[in-house]
Amino acid sequence: MELILFLIFAAICVAGAVNLLLQTHPINSALSLIVVMTSLAVLYLLLGAEFLAAAQIIVYAGAIMVLFTFVVMLLNAGREERTLGSKAARIVGFPAVAALMAVLATVIIRTQGLGVSSMGSGVTSTTELSTELFTKLLLPFEVTSVLVLIAVLGAVALARHGSGEGAGK
Amino acid sequence: MTAIFPLWLIPALPFAGFLLNGILGRRLPKWLVTGIAILAPLGSFVVVLGNMFGMFGDMPWPIFLSSDFRVVENVGTWLNVGSLHVPFSFTLDHLSLLMLLVVTGVGFLIHLYSVGYMEHDGAYWRYFSYLNLFLFFMTVLVLSSNVLLMFVGWEGVGLASYLLIGFWYQKQSAADAGKKAFIVNRIGDFGFLIGIFLLIANFGTLTFSDMAVQVSANPALAGGVITTICLCLLVGATGKSAQLPLYVWLPDAMEGPTPVSALIHAATMVTAGVYMIARTHFLFDRSPYALSVVAIVGTLTALFAATMALVQTDIKRVLAYSTVSQLGYMFLGCGVAAYSAAIFHLMTHAFFKALLFLGAGSVIHAMAGEQDMRKMGGLRKKMPITFWTMTAAVFAISGIPGFSGFFSKDAILASAFADGSLGKVLWFVGAVTALLTAFYMFRLWYMTFFGSTRDEHAHPHESPLSMTVPLAILGVLSVCGGWVAIGGGFYRFLAPVLGPRPEEAGSMEYGLMGIAVALAALGWYIAHRLYHQKPGSAQALAEAMPATYKILLRKYYVDEIYAVLLVKPLLMLSRFVLEWVVDFAILGGLAWLLGGTATLGGAILQRWQSGNLRSYAAWLALGAAALLLFLIFGHAMGQNFAIAVRY
Amino acid sequence: MNALHGAVPIAWYLILSALLFSLGVVGFLIKRNLITVFMSIELMLNGVNLSFVAFAHQWHQAKGQIFVFFVMMVAAAEAAVGLAIIIAVFRARATLAVDRIDLMKL
Repeated sequence: MELILFLIFAAICVAGAVNLLLQTHPINSALSLIVVMTSLAVLYLLLGAEFLAAAQIIVYAGAIMVLFTFVVMLLNAGREERTLGSKAARIVGFPAVAALMAVLATVIIRTQGLGVSSMGSGVTSTTELSTELFTKLLLPFEVTSVLVLIAVLGAVALARHGSGEGAGK
Repeated sequence: MTAIFPLWLIPALPFAGFLLNGILGRRLPKWLVTGIAILAPLGSFVVVLGNMFGMFGDMPWPIFLSSDFRVVENVGTWLNVGSLHVPFSFTLDHLSLLMLLVVTGVGFLIHLYSVGYMEHDGAYWRYFSYLNLFLFFMTVLVLSSNVLLMFVGWEGVGLASYLLIGFWYQKQSAADAGKKAFIVNRIGDFGFLIGIFLLIANFGTLTFSDMAVQVSANPALAGGVITTICLCLLVGATGKSAQLPLYVWLPDAMEGPTPVSALIHAATMVTAGVYMIARTHFLFDRSPYALSVVAIVGTLTALFAATMALVQTDIKRVLAYSTVSQLGYMFLGCGVAAYSAAIFHLMTHAFFKALLFLGAGSVIHAMAGEQDMRKMGGLRKKMPITFWTMTAAVFAISGIPGFSGFFSKDAILASAFADGSLGKVLWFVGAVTALLTAFYMFRLWYMTFFGSTRDEHAHPHESPLSMTVPLAILGVLSVCGGWVAIGGGFYRFLAPVLGPRPEEAGSMEYGLMGIAVALAALGWYIAHRLYHQKPGSAQALAEAMPATYKILLRKYYVDEIYAVLLVKPLLMLSRFVLEWVVDFAILGGLAWLLGGTATLGGAILQRWQSGNLRSYAAWLALGAAALLLFLIFGHAMGQNFAIAVRY
Repeated sequence: MNALHGAVPIAWYLILSALLFSLGVVGFLIKRNLITVFMSIELMLNGVNLSFVAFAHQWHQAKGQIFVFFVMMVAAAEAAVGLAIIIAVFRARATLAVDRIDLMKL
């Protein structure tokens, strides 16, 4: 059962990622990225990470991707244009990345062994997670909230600053 | 015994003032800069006084003179190398207490005076931050319980002196004078450093008290090594205290503001050499040879500088040569092992010479920057306070009975006379110098304050209150400062540190005193004849002896001789050997080679920096992949390598 | 529950994560639109997150999941700032083509 679920959603995941690459319009890429993230959330559930699955949907598929689509529409970004550089990148890039993939796979198989070590079992409950997060890691957690605040301020400052300076160019 | 107030406060307060004024001074309002600058030395002075009264407060007057005390305060560890331990520690004993009273007390008065004197200067805050920095280093020098910390203060006051001589750095002559002072002092410091190294090698410690214990425990310790150490220390002292042959920087140092000349180049810093010799007197006591060198250097300097002072026309330069001459007296005192007499003269000299400089500053201030005495005259009526205080100082330095300089100079001369046959010669030279001193000081007095106004454009006026109050206080001290030695109380006070005063000439002393007074009166009389009764006769005398006059006026051509013998060859050496061979050929070639390689490499690598985001990312990915490969396979490779090495 | 688990070896998850990461790298290299390039970065982050969760599951430790949680926080902050930068760049240069934005050199 789990194997079947894994195979289905892994396939959806990879298909979404490949689609992201093949589409030329940003809005299509964004939609396929949402597909990838949602199927990743299912995989998290399979791995017993309930909280992260929910967070993946809310934060990634919800908040971040909405931000992306919003920006795509705001800037009215059109189709990509082909340039000489992009063609060169295709020719050099695909083999290089295939090599990278091969390296990563080799490493994983060397260290883990294919199919030899089986998964552990059990679900990491949200209670367990939050106990850890709000006792031992309280300070980093609070620091992240400050980081997010700074990011919000930075985003506001950047977006406003650009309008004043870039108008003439 | 512990101090009532921590000793580290004494240097720390001026340092805080330096930091505050130095960093924030430009933005602070003037009254705040003034407040910080004045309160820092005042605070130090109060701490010193508090410690003194805490120590003696409950003792009746005569007993405290002979009470023994010594406070050592360990602030922290500095060096701990092998067997050598150098702590940051301060010592308060009779000697440093007296020096601190002079340094912080006179220092405070001169700070107060500067408020009026520097009022219109644009870099008011910079001036006061430097002045506070000087006080910081000077108090460190005086308080330190080991030679190395003393050296820190020693170098620090040199730095402050350099900064303040070149305070008006826009003026070429001032900048040059600052450099000259710094470089000449460096020669002396070199000797001092060698002395310190020899001390480490021979004693294994740099703490004064430990060295004194070692010396007293080892009666056989004398001769060559000690003499070498003493002579090295003496070289350092001649640099800082402007003795032959390194005195040349002090007259030029008059380019600085006048209160600086008073504080650094008359009252405190230049006496550091005397203080250092007194501190290390247990070494000098073991080396009669080194002591005679000190005495001879001091006496020759006293005479030599006094003759040069005879013909100077710049009021500050007269005082500068006079300072060199008086420092010579102190060295003479040290040289005949009359350390307490030397310190006594140091103290009275600090009072009257600071007063002379401040009075001269007041005169210069009134004459709108004019320093040439030939253009002054008749200022007695226009500046009564300056005149009367200056008069006290002139009487004191000339050795008129009852004034402070009389007691101290007399003590040194009497000790010299009692010191064997060499001492008699030294006494004679010293006595002649006393005559010259009286002559040139009264010459200054007459030219400045008597006669008629020679410059019609000047409109002299009395200085503001902040300048006249320090003058008045120093005037009182110049008159009464010597009375502490009546009955020998002063010497008994210093005896625990410097040892009892050597045998005096006894009844001979009154005879010597009479001779000294007669010589001083003679000097006064000659000055009176030449510069007051017949004002033209000095000119006539100079024309009658043109060669002598010229040599004196050109200061024995010492600067020129040094220029030909030392400076020119050094310049030639630096210009040809260092500039062409080392700098151009070796360093230049090397720099060109390195620069060329870098340029070539840059030209190649520049292609890399395309500005294209994509290529950057590709390189990043490539690097990450390479790192990963290395982590997995490099580890195995490393193991193989290790195995290969093992077998 | 146990029947559901244990069937899929951990290596499969890891290879999926490596695949997603590599696809992200490819996207970064070949996409010509700044926004899509940015999406590729998100894809890479997600690939790494997956391997974190897989390891957390294997060793049954909450720490791996907490790490993912923090990565998400950072990714959210990064997305906000990054998109603001993209807007600023677009305003200044009136284009989103990566090849045209090549001022990052001396």
